[in-house]
Amino acid sequence: MATRPEWISVLARASAEEIGSLAGPLPPYRRLRGPETGLTMLRGRAGGAGAVFNLGEATATRCTVALPDGTLGHGWRLGRDRHAAEVAAVMDALLQGAEGEAWHARVVAPLAEAQRAAREQKSRRAAATAVRFSTLGTMR
Amino acid sequence: MYVAVKGGDAAIEAAHRWLAHERRGDTALPEITAAQLREQMALAVDRVMAEGSCLDRDLAALALKQSRGDAVEAAFLLRAYRNTLPRFMAAEPLDTGAMQARRRISATYKDLPGGQVLGPTFDYTHRLLDFALAAEGAALPAPEEDAEGTGPMPQVTGFLAGEGLMREEVPEEGGAPPDLTREPPSFPASRPLRLQALARGDEGFLLGLGYSTQRGYGNAHPFVAELRVGEVEVLVEPPELGFAISIGEVTVTECQMATQFAGSREEPPQFTRGYGLIPGQNERKAMAMALVDRALMARELGEEATAPAQDEEFVLLHSDNVEATGFVEHLKLPHHVDFQSELEKLRSIRRRWEAERIAARKEAAE
Repeated sequence: MATRPEWISVLARASAEEIGSLAGPLPPYRRLRGPETGLTMLRGRAGGAGAVFNLGEATATRCTVALPDGTLGHGWRLGRDRHAAEVAAVMDALLQGAEGEAWHARVVAPLAEAQRAAREQKSRRAAATAVRFSTLGTMR
Repeated sequence: MYVAVKGGDAAIEAAHRWLAHERRGDTALPEITAAQLREQMALAVDRVMAEGSCLDRDLAALALKQSRGDAVEAAFLLRAYRNTLPRFMAAEPLDTGAMQARRRISATYKDLPGGQVLGPTFDYTHRLLDFALAAEGAALPAPEEDAEGTGPMPQVTGFLAGEGLMREEVPEEGGAPPDLTREPPSFPASRPLRLQALARGDEGFLLGLGYSTQRGYGNAHPFVAELRVGEVEVLVEPPELGFAISIGEVTVTECQMATQFAGSREEPPQFTRGYGLIPGQNERKAMAMALVDRALMARELGEEATAPAQDEEFVLLHSDNVEATGFVEHLKLPHHVDFQSELEKLRSIRRRWEAERIAARKEAAE
């Protein structure tokens, strides 16, 4: 089973429909904060390694929910999809509970696999555009 | 005398209604959607996003639709929207070395770890208009795929830094970097402040300045040590969690430009790097930013600063196209009273000038 930062990262990259279709109906929960959209300032480093600078802001959406047993779940993602942030927060709470492994196998594992496959496909496409230099033989 | 003038409401309303029609264009054609712009005018959307300094491709696409394709107007709309949102927190610095690059090239090393990866580029196309695109629904062959993906791509500037031939970038610790969205720039500006301004600056302005350094206004002989485009993870550490989480990916373009530096009393001759980092895919601007970043280092490196691109006040105070367009375009607003007073002044000066001329002529005749 993935660690909490890992499943949060997987959920942040999945749409509300993707999570919802795998999870099915969600148990009751209470919204504690949001879902709300705001900004996060992205930063870079001079020369890729030096002094930190502000690159520009990105929209982000966050949500906090509580299960009836008091477990808190947090959803954070880039963009403005409030519904997705809320569903992710509920999943985060469920994954911490006794049924966590089952939720993980049903929702997080297939999402993680799909995300990995998409990344690998992109990487294979990039590799197909890698230059293979050939050296011209000299004629004597 | 002050005369209050009111009016024009009906004219403004009518103008905006007509504008909506002009935006829609020929209604016999299907209306374009923001999603179509996001997917098919991706680089225009990226430019709006970078200059609007708000990374959200859907919003940038909507802004572009609303502005009828006017990139500067769209950036303005995005900035205005951004002002309505609260700032949650700053993300950790992006690790561009860990980028999932779809493109990565170096003009300084032929064989480098990770290879020269062209990615989806306009380079090497013949720049001939493709009339096949005028038709719709042409078959699209799937992109080629290798059996293996790309390997790790260490940053090229690291090779030279290892040899001590590249001026080292020292991570400055302590405190948040300056933020010109919160406080106006002060001079001399630090490099982080300059980089922020350049990243959101106008592409055309930076391109012209960068070009000027190549043509001799600033004496640059740069090499593209590395150019990469791809996705980097965004990490934040929300206080409610107490650990860093990855909340998604953003596409960025990074350019490391190596330029020789003759050295000073303290520093040996070596390469220095100009740095460009742009949200979205925009190689032209990343390269221009790297050229201008290097030019602006003149003061720190003890070089003679004589060219416009080396003058940080000139560059930073004129690179923002939303500010620039605001000041230039405000001239369209009614200046009726100002102009009347100038006109009165000019008439009285003119009367005096004519009276003096007649007097002088009379004197000469006598």
